[in-house]
Amino acid sequence: MFVETEEFARQLEEMGELEQQAAYAAVGRWFAEHADKITHHTHLAPVHTATTVRLDGAEPLITDGPFVEGKEVVSGFAEVEVADLDEALRLARSWPACPIVEIRPAS
Amino acid sequence: MSEDALARVVREHAGRLTASLVSLLGDFAAAEDLVQDAIETALRRWPAEGVPERPDAWLLTVARRRGLDVLRRESNYRAKLARLTRPEPAAADDRLRLIFTCCHPALSRAAQIALTLRVVCGLSTAQIAAAFLVPESTVAQRITRAKRKIGEAGIPYRVPSQEELPGRLGEVLAVIYLLFNEGYLSSTAERSQARDLVDDAEWLAALLANLMPKEPEAAGLLALIRLHRARGAARFDAEGRLVLLADQDRSLWDRQAIEDATRLLTRAARAHRRPGPYQVQAAIVACHAEAAGFADTDWAQILVLYDMLLHLAPSPVTRLHRAVAVRYTRGPRAALAELEGLGPPLQRYALYHATRAELLRDLGRREEARRADERALDLTANPAQQALLERRLRWD
Repeated sequence: MFVETEEFARQLEEMGELEQQAAYAAVGRWFAEHADKITHHTHLAPVHTATTVRLDGAEPLITDGPFVEGKEVVSGFAEVEVADLDEALRLARSWPACPIVEIRPAS
Repeated sequence: MSEDALARVVREHAGRLTASLVSLLGDFAAAEDLVQDAIETALRRWPAEGVPERPDAWLLTVARRRGLDVLRRESNYRAKLARLTRPEPAAADDRLRLIFTCCHPALSRAAQIALTLRVVCGLSTAQIAAAFLVPESTVAQRITRAKRKIGEAGIPYRVPSQEELPGRLGEVLAVIYLLFNEGYLSSTAERSQARDLVDDAEWLAALLANLMPKEPEAAGLLALIRLHRARGAARFDAEGRLVLLADQDRSLWDRQAIEDATRLLTRAARAHRRPGPYQVQAAIVACHAEAAGFADTDWAQILVLYDMLLHLAPSPVTRLHRAVAVRYTRGPRAALAELEGLGPPLQRYALYHATRAELLRDLGRREEARRADERALDLTANPAQQALLERRLRWD
């Protein structure tokens, strides 16, 4: 799971067009380099587009915004096929974009 | 048979047995459960029956029998266990894999420590809880959670590859060093009832140094622990009060142990020429240990070593210790200046305030010194340190 911070979003915004292109190209290269291990990946639209439905009350409650308001937001995820956590950690270490990556097993 | 002797026998065999069962079953958690169970049986029966001639074979038999019982439904395990009749010949010591798995960075520090003690040293949950003064249920939960994470998150059971090794070895060394510090700082003159963690830490460091002869930091950590221990007898007076380095009776130091540890350190440093924080810390302790009296301490050399240490591993605590060397080379005013800026990160660190108090007292600023000592007293939970600070406040 890729996690963006406010700081990272600001840096991205402040970049010139060329710099931004270079940053996107680095991400593209990362996906190409590890294509054999990546089974699926998704980039999420920015968090201001989020809507949350809470089903734990009497009636479903719909609110504007993500389920936790925080300085860090999940911005996308990639599903990878690896032998163990160490291999996943190696992949995560080489990730060139947002500053936080959370790794979780999936079934 | 004393509890200590019993613990030593268990420690020699627990890790090996777990390692061979993990290899056989391919299941860390299952193997660990079986070994713990066998150890508990041993701790119950050995005091009365005596330690069997082949403790490893005895433990294996109990673990296997128990395994066949527990894993009745899992034919896969059952068939594998049935084949196992004698301890695996220890061709390559698998305990290294065990240590690296227990100290994987994906586990919390507390979990790494508890798991290492249990899996590698064979401590029971109750012994770990007693040593850290936490409820047994807390330790049990930590271990269960850690074992589940190893299984479910896919933490591999192996020694990390060469390119990952430096970082991962650092993790293992940190766990052993923390264990040592916990035991060393909380120890008192009268041996407490709790397990001697210092002994476990030295044993682990020796095991690691032995299994990784090409890593000078492992030897460095072992030398560091041994150098501290060699001076252990002088750390407390007859009434069990903490004695400062300057006032220690150096005839109580174990000169032979100091010499051996220094030789170990020098040999590792010369053979590999890869200095690291543990080798440098050991060299600093060796400088103190080699001085005939406090007045003979080579503070200039110690200052150089602290500069090296700061370069290798910058930390506010190291800068605090370095300030003490500055006091003896350039005087208390220069040392106090070194403490400037350390206040924010070390605000809750008793030793920062205690050191500051000493420097202020040197400079005749008694009222400020008093306040700093009181602050230190508020912050330390260690009874020996508390007593020392109280004495100082009384004399003042």
